[in-house]
Amino acid sequence: MSGTGPEGWEVVIGLEVHCELRTRTKLFCGCPNVFGDEPNTNVCPVCLGLPGSLPVLNREAVELALRIGRALHCRVQSSVFHRKNYFYPDMPKDFQISQYDVPVNADGWLELPSGKRVGIERAHMEEDTGKTTHVGGGGRIHEATFSLVDYNRAGVPLVEIVSAPDLRGADEAREYVEELRAVLVATGASDGKMEEGSLRVDCNVSVRPEGTTELGTRCEIKNMNSLRSLSRAVAYEAARQVEVLTSGARVVQETRHWDEADGRTHAMRSKEEAFDYRYFPEPDLVTLSPSDEWISAVEAALPVLPAERRRRVAEASGEAPGSEAVSTVVRLDLDDLVMAASSAGADAGLALRRLANEVAGALADAGRVSLDPAAFVELVRMEQDGELTPAQARRVLKELVAVGGAPRDIAGRLGLRSLGSDQLSSVVEQVVTDNPREWERFAGGDDKLVGFFVGKVKAATGGNADLRAATELLRGRRSQSGPSTT
Amino acid sequence: MRVAYLDPPLERSPGGGCRRVDRGRPGRYDGRVAQPISEDEVAHVARLARLELSQAELEQYTSQLAQVLEHAADIEALEIEGVPPTAHPFPLVNVLREDVPRPCLDRDEVLAQAPDVDQDRFRIPRILGEAP
Amino acid sequence: MTGPVEAIARAVRQGEVRAVEVLAEHLGRIARTEPDVHAFNLVTSDVAGRQAEEVDRAVAEGRDPGPLAGVPVALKDLLCTRGVPTTCSSRVLEGWVPPYDATVVTRLAEAGAVFVGKTNMDEFAMGSSTEHSAFGPTRNPHDLSRVPGGSSGGSAAAVAAGFAAASLGSDTGGSIRQPAALCGVVGAKPTYGLVSRYGLVAFASSLDQIGPFALTVADAAMVLDVISGHDERDSTSLPGAQPSASSRLGRGVAGLRVGVIAELVGADGMAPDVAARVEEAAAALSAAGARVEPVSVPSVRYGLSAYYMIAPAEASSNLARYDGVRYGLRKPGADITEMYTATRSAGFGAEVKRRVMLGTYALSAGYYDAYYGKAQRVRTLIIRDFEDAYRSYDVLLSPTAPTTAFELGAKTADPLTMYLNDVCTIPSNLAGHPAVSVPFGRGTDGLPIGVQVLAPALGEPVMFQVAEALEAAAPTGGAA
Repeated sequence: MSGTGPEGWEVVIGLEVHCELRTRTKLFCGCPNVFGDEPNTNVCPVCLGLPGSLPVLNREAVELALRIGRALHCRVQSSVFHRKNYFYPDMPKDFQISQYDVPVNADGWLELPSGKRVGIERAHMEEDTGKTTHVGGGGRIHEATFSLVDYNRAGVPLVEIVSAPDLRGADEAREYVEELRAVLVATGASDGKMEEGSLRVDCNVSVRPEGTTELGTRCEIKNMNSLRSLSRAVAYEAARQVEVLTSGARVVQETRHWDEADGRTHAMRSKEEAFDYRYFPEPDLVTLSPSDEWISAVEAALPVLPAERRRRVAEASGEAPGSEAVSTVVRLDLDDLVMAASSAGADAGLALRRLANEVAGALADAGRVSLDPAAFVELVRMEQDGELTPAQARRVLKELVAVGGAPRDIAGRLGLRSLGSDQLSSVVEQVVTDNPREWERFAGGDDKLVGFFVGKVKAATGGNADLRAATELLRGRRSQSGPSTT
Repeated sequence: MRVAYLDPPLERSPGGGCRRVDRGRPGRYDGRVAQPISEDEVAHVARLARLELSQAELEQYTSQLAQVLEHAADIEALEIEGVPPTAHPFPLVNVLREDVPRPCLDRDEVLAQAPDVDQDRFRIPRILGEAP
Repeated sequence: MTGPVEAIARAVRQGEVRAVEVLAEHLGRIARTEPDVHAFNLVTSDVAGRQAEEVDRAVAEGRDPGPLAGVPVALKDLLCTRGVPTTCSSRVLEGWVPPYDATVVTRLAEAGAVFVGKTNMDEFAMGSSTEHSAFGPTRNPHDLSRVPGGSSGGSAAAVAAGFAAASLGSDTGGSIRQPAALCGVVGAKPTYGLVSRYGLVAFASSLDQIGPFALTVADAAMVLDVISGHDERDSTSLPGAQPSASSRLGRGVAGLRVGVIAELVGADGMAPDVAARVEEAAAALSAAGARVEPVSVPSVRYGLSAYYMIAPAEASSNLARYDGVRYGLRKPGADITEMYTATRSAGFGAEVKRRVMLGTYALSAGYYDAYYGKAQRVRTLIIRDFEDAYRSYDVLLSPTAPTTAFELGAKTADPLTMYLNDVCTIPSNLAGHPAVSVPFGRGTDGLPIGVQVLAPALGEPVMFQVAEALEAAAPTGGAA
């Protein structure tokens, strides 16, 4: 499946991401905001919607919503909570308190690693619903014989982040969610756990012939609970819509349900009537109007965000900000090490490569690693100065990541030390002398043989040679002694 | 006893001065009459509100609601677009609570009120439509 | 004039009488007359007994039993009481036992009050006669063939019949003041936000306020002082300390400026004997030294229409939660929507259904601007007009209800006629202002008439000050 969509068609995507805020208590009451507790234990009159109960807004939830807003470069504005009215058993009051025409955060953007800016239409606050379990019929809603409701999650604070339809294709949608998740985690607003439902993604997909600008009819896809299912669902849905359109039919605007098991989206059956939410201002709450001082304080306390970190790493290392290595080290929170190397005057580009490859690999294997910045910088320096060959440096780094210590001690213990250039030259001379026929062919232009000689050098030095330096010596010798290859 | 000052009344004009006016007649307005609500519309709002009406009830509610809406035609006809709406009597802002946990209800007490309970959850009949 | 609240609290605190004796006397009256009046959905003798004993113990041990020590109080059955059923006079809440107390209930209990029962009301406070109760109507103690008014008819009747020295009601469009007028007692709706709504089952959140019924103005002010004050559980609760409602009692009205609202005295359907009593009341204030003039508050004529958009709209949303999932009634259905529909159709009475549909309609797509949106703008106009009037007057005067108590069944067939009962009381709810109904003589039928004193936001002290003067000047036999 292609990341950009079916041939000749452009896939247009807008995402709605629901982010549960990391507060201690719920949005409108003092019940704990915790995942995984015994059902119906974190409930009180307010979040159960008992008659007579009233909501009071959680200051920390607003604080986190403002952080999200400013991190996404949104305009923060006064906002009035509204009631969104519809009957559904996971909503204790049969309405949801949400923001409507004037969200607290509006008109921002998120910069992707590729450098593309995706518009953020709004990032508004609302309360989460309870959790419904369907019993019988394999847990599917329509075939269930009955359902069970747990209200622990009801009233947990959410921020819903709505992107503009700026995304093109499954890969970009995924890149957006990854980047957004990084921003949300960095601000402390979210734990970013998609598998626990802390981040939930709904997706609006439409297709249009390449080169056209009018938006096609969109479908909203729900129930994707991983980045993988997001990619699959978008790819499937785009292909489905193209098929519908090429067959001469029209795409029907509807909500579709992603089925992870069969890899398809299905139109969701709903009652015949259309929803009419009858929004009106929530009379039990007052206007939320964050002061300029509050907004400034939130802004001042924001951490450096991924896009800026990528820019810094790129500048320090000379790599492009959109490069795989740069986004990898930032994604894995290893960029401080690049910056440490840079500020110590070490080769930041080399540091970046070691982090993006070896350390990232170790991280993937072990789940987490600890790496002392001073030791890492020292190691980069040793490699940069030719004290260690790249291969040796990788060995030492592996040891450094696994058990720690000082790089010089590790190298000494492992007997790793790069040959000096005089020693390397004499080894090269010896190898050439020992293999005259191969040398003749190499000197005659058969460049493949460089590998043969390098292998001989490696064998002769027990791996302690800088093989790049050896290659240079071999080529240098040929250009001096042999006939030209041209 | 009739007190002279009551008749005719004075209306306070926006400028602060007073002028004599006809006595207001609350509840009557000669302007546009609201389109009476139809039975279909009443049936629709009943569905939205999860209420079931018999045909007789439908007819009766339709005529009663039409009567109230006709009465409300006086405000429907008012030209007050420049006037801001009031949702709250007093413009309080930023009433916030600290993020401090408070005791929850006892689950047994909560579930004891429920019509049907299963596995410590509220048991409900099957749901035909997904949440919007 | 010393009322029973003041008298009982003083006597109990000084050990002249025991709270259990006071309670026994009231329970005795309830036993004799309640079957005729039906003021209560539930008489809570056990709860009251325990509270009275605790008060007596405190007195005996020299502890402060609170300002309302031993005062029997009745609570409208939409105030949540922990462990005691709260029905809102609706089938849909039958059997529901709240797991928490309303803030006002806690405050009264801490003040030493004794809860004699939960009073009958129009279902979910929607009505002006207490006939829209799932448990049958309350009757007016002055004439059992008449309604007590509503929706807090049970609370008004309980005080009028001497079942309780004071009671609490809720007022969304006149539900305290109108029954107070019809039952010949004092009933006050405080400034919106002065009394916490936490634990008050909502009808229309932006209009609802809890307030007291009592036999005297001073008693009503005393109860109000106990229940008012900021509550962090209610976001609309006014911050900071407010002056005591009793702070200007006993000062007379000399020099005060009183405006008589022309549009309300002359409202359609205003009975001549009611209008005449208002004029007498105005004359009495004038004689007591106040400067009394007629005043026009033009936009109050739109109050009724605005109210019958806003209140049902909010109610349609507030009452959505009665769906048979978590508490109260459930009627079976094959799927969730059928269950919801069966439960709500069986659980709600006709008036609730009517208003829920009206409110749903007013909020629905295509009608919001014409109805709900417009009504909110009218609300602004009314607030502005009141502001204008209060630049020249300390308080305003009007009738409370257009007529004295009417016969049971007289208005149930015609909802709009019933709604017109609230024409004088609604403007204060829309503005969020306080207003009190004070008994002032009787009508040609011998039934009580109430005069309404309106004040600007947080004007309770001057409002009660003027109310007290009216009470003193009321024609003999004016109060029950």
